[in-house]
Amino acid sequence: MLYTQILRLLTGAISGILFGSGMIISGMVDPNKVIAFLDIFGEWDPSLAFVMGGALLVFTPIYHCLIKPRKQAINGDAFAYTNNQKVDRKLLLGATIFGAGWGLAGFCPGPVVSSIAGGSEVILTFMLSLLVGMVIANQYLAGRFRFVSPYQTVDPQ
Amino acid sequence: MTYSIPWAALFGGMLLGLSAAILMLFSGKIAGISGIIGGILTPKNHEFTWRALFLAGMICSAFIIAPLGFALPEISDQNLFVIMIAGILVGFGTRLGNGCTSGHGIIGMGRFSKRSIYATSLFMVTAIAVVLIRRFLGDI
Repeated sequence: MLYTQILRLLTGAISGILFGSGMIISGMVDPNKVIAFLDIFGEWDPSLAFVMGGALLVFTPIYHCLIKPRKQAINGDAFAYTNNQKVDRKLLLGATIFGAGWGLAGFCPGPVVSSIAGGSEVILTFMLSLLVGMVIANQYLAGRFRFVSPYQTVDPQ
Repeated sequence: MTYSIPWAALFGGMLLGLSAAILMLFSGKIAGISGIIGGILTPKNHEFTWRALFLAGMICSAFIIAPLGFALPEISDQNLFVIMIAGILVGFGTRLGNGCTSGHGIIGMGRFSKRSIYATSLFMVTAIAVVLIRRFLGDI
């Protein structure tokens, strides 16, 4: 049990450092670069396509060769992913709203967390607003705004 | 001018993929940042501390790689009201849609998940459309 827990926490910390480093080195932390990447009808800067490309280049083979055949993770924890294939209205609505916010500021959650150490008021404003947005979404998913919610039950995460 | 491969973007991206692979292989977790933040807001048993350490690692990475010459960009000249609206949209949308650029764009796409392929295509198209619209309206 102790082994499971220690490995879980150690893996969390190491992966977090790698993730933050990747965000900074790749340039994803620069909102101007992100906007230039999304500006495909203007002066398009395609370099950030290499970020997702590079990530998939590493993750995809490791997942299919090493992770998928396993019944559980190395530390004994169950895999958190589900094989849910249902494309529902909630997924599509959520992705659309997220995309609108991403295009508006050039920030998505990963780069913002990686930039917190810089102490910029822009980053802190975005981070706090993101948390507020999540709290509102949790209330919505719990059916607190039933008059607008088409969902009858709480969505199991 | 010839086009050259943006090595920093490629290498940084590979680090993201490595991070996601390590986290899933060793402890079964998904390196989706919106999901990790969301789980901090509504913690479950055994699901809080690793998330806190992951986020702490992300925040500290700026200091760790600073000696190698990588610095956070100067972010200024931003309308804080627009930033606030964008933050709320990103927070709400990622929670409703169960993921962001990392969870859907890297882990989900890498797993060939149908939901993530739909979500990634959709948020890319919406973000491109918003940038295009702002281009026509002029900077707000």
